[in-house]
Amino acid sequence: MNSTIVSYFSTLPFYNHIIGFFNSLFGENGQMVFAFTVYFIAAFIVVNILSAVGGLGTYAERKISADLQARIGPNRVGPYGILQFLADGVKMILKEDIIPRGADKFLFYFAPMLALLGVFATLAVLPFSSGLALTNLNIGVFYLLAVSSLVGIAVFLGGYAANSKWSLLGGMRGASQIISYEIPVTISILAIAVLSGGISFDKLIGAQGGFPHEWFVFHNPFTFVGFFVFFTGALAETNRAPFDLPEAESELVSGYNTEYTGMRFGFFALAEYVEIFVVCGVAAALFLGGYRVPFDLGGDTLIGQFLQIGSFVTKTLLLYYVVIWVRWTLPRLRVDQLMMICWKYLTPIAIFNLVGCAFWLVKFDGRSMFNLIMN
Amino acid sequence: MSTIDISVYVPVIILMVLAVLIYGIALFASSLIAPKNPTELKDTPYECGEEPTGTAWSQFNVRFYVVGLIFIIFDVESVLMFPVASVFKKMHELGHGWYVFVVFVSFISVLLEGIAYCWKKGDLDWVKSYVTENKSA
Repeated sequence: MNSTIVSYFSTLPFYNHIIGFFNSLFGENGQMVFAFTVYFIAAFIVVNILSAVGGLGTYAERKISADLQARIGPNRVGPYGILQFLADGVKMILKEDIIPRGADKFLFYFAPMLALLGVFATLAVLPFSSGLALTNLNIGVFYLLAVSSLVGIAVFLGGYAANSKWSLLGGMRGASQIISYEIPVTISILAIAVLSGGISFDKLIGAQGGFPHEWFVFHNPFTFVGFFVFFTGALAETNRAPFDLPEAESELVSGYNTEYTGMRFGFFALAEYVEIFVVCGVAAALFLGGYRVPFDLGGDTLIGQFLQIGSFVTKTLLLYYVVIWVRWTLPRLRVDQLMMICWKYLTPIAIFNLVGCAFWLVKFDGRSMFNLIMN
Repeated sequence: MSTIDISVYVPVIILMVLAVLIYGIALFASSLIAPKNPTELKDTPYECGEEPTGTAWSQFNVRFYVVGLIFIIFDVESVLMFPVASVFKKMHELGHGWYVFVVFVSFISVLLEGIAYCWKKGDLDWVKSYVTENKSA
């Protein structure tokens, strides 16, 4: 099945009627307008659902941290406090929007938008199922890495624009941290690209099977280590603890978003939680087989597509839980330790993994460990 | 070879427009219902309750510059390696596996040499130790 939504509609029996209707409205361009409409509606739905997931992420963060610290957590708004994130959102809209004196107003307004834009743009290639990825770019992962680095720029600009020393320190740390950890993450992805022979998500998931031993994480020893390198780097790229130095409360008040209030602060938080979902989704797609499970879900039917989405989201949310779990378990690093881990450990290990994967492909013809042992 | 189809990038544009729209609408709604009464004290940048001294836009620590330089080298490297990585398997299937592997490794080893040099010079340490530099000089 082709990985665009429009091609799904083109197989439906009433497709020609719809196109006929659109042609009568817009003349020759009917098909194009229809495709655009479908893309727009799909993108709108995905953005809204992912925003809700991001909002629920803040709730999950508080509830899980409460669980880990033997507290109750939010339990007032709605059943088990699950509507807490809506209450938070309403409160943020009601708050005054303060711009500190002497701030660079344009950049101050611009930075949260850039963070949101960078995160939402990554949703375009996220492979929810074999049929639902908003677009199937042939440069999939490369595009994802490119647009997700916009968030780093947003963090830096937000810190720079506020004319506050705490913000500036947070922004500086954020910029150097995010660009540094991009290196091990990129090289880990390159190792997977070598094994799968392509960088579109179609190819990357297509090279894996349903069973865990067919996933890239258990493909060979190098990818196994590469998974942890990727995950650690991804934690740092999303500014999550133990790498949350750009907003280290105990040292920098609140880091790059010290001077942000109301909705602008809310958008930084939203961007962060959606980005965690995206990063976990990429980890699930690249290393854990994406939407594939050991049995056939029937990707040709609508129900099969929903089951695939379910399996992808389940894997992603399990990783999401690990991200939150790590935050409330490990203490924060120092800046010099952070840089040392990136440049002296993760980057050399990632390069070693890349060479190892290339060697494995040539030497063992790209077969997995399990395959070699069984034969 | 297939031609480049620009239309696959339409969802990207739509998502970016949606991000800007959501941001704009939410801030517009906020500006309608949120209070707006700035005071001198409220607009002061936070500096632990003290009067802020000077501007925050001071000069950066030069350490960030070195990190930026190393980053650019590795970023360009990874951009150059993406095409190689995506055709590696195909080349292997055509029987050129070891040849591509040797080219690949020699390319990476040049960069490894670079990072080893930075490491030796102490540029990867956040707090650079000048003692080792003086010894070698």
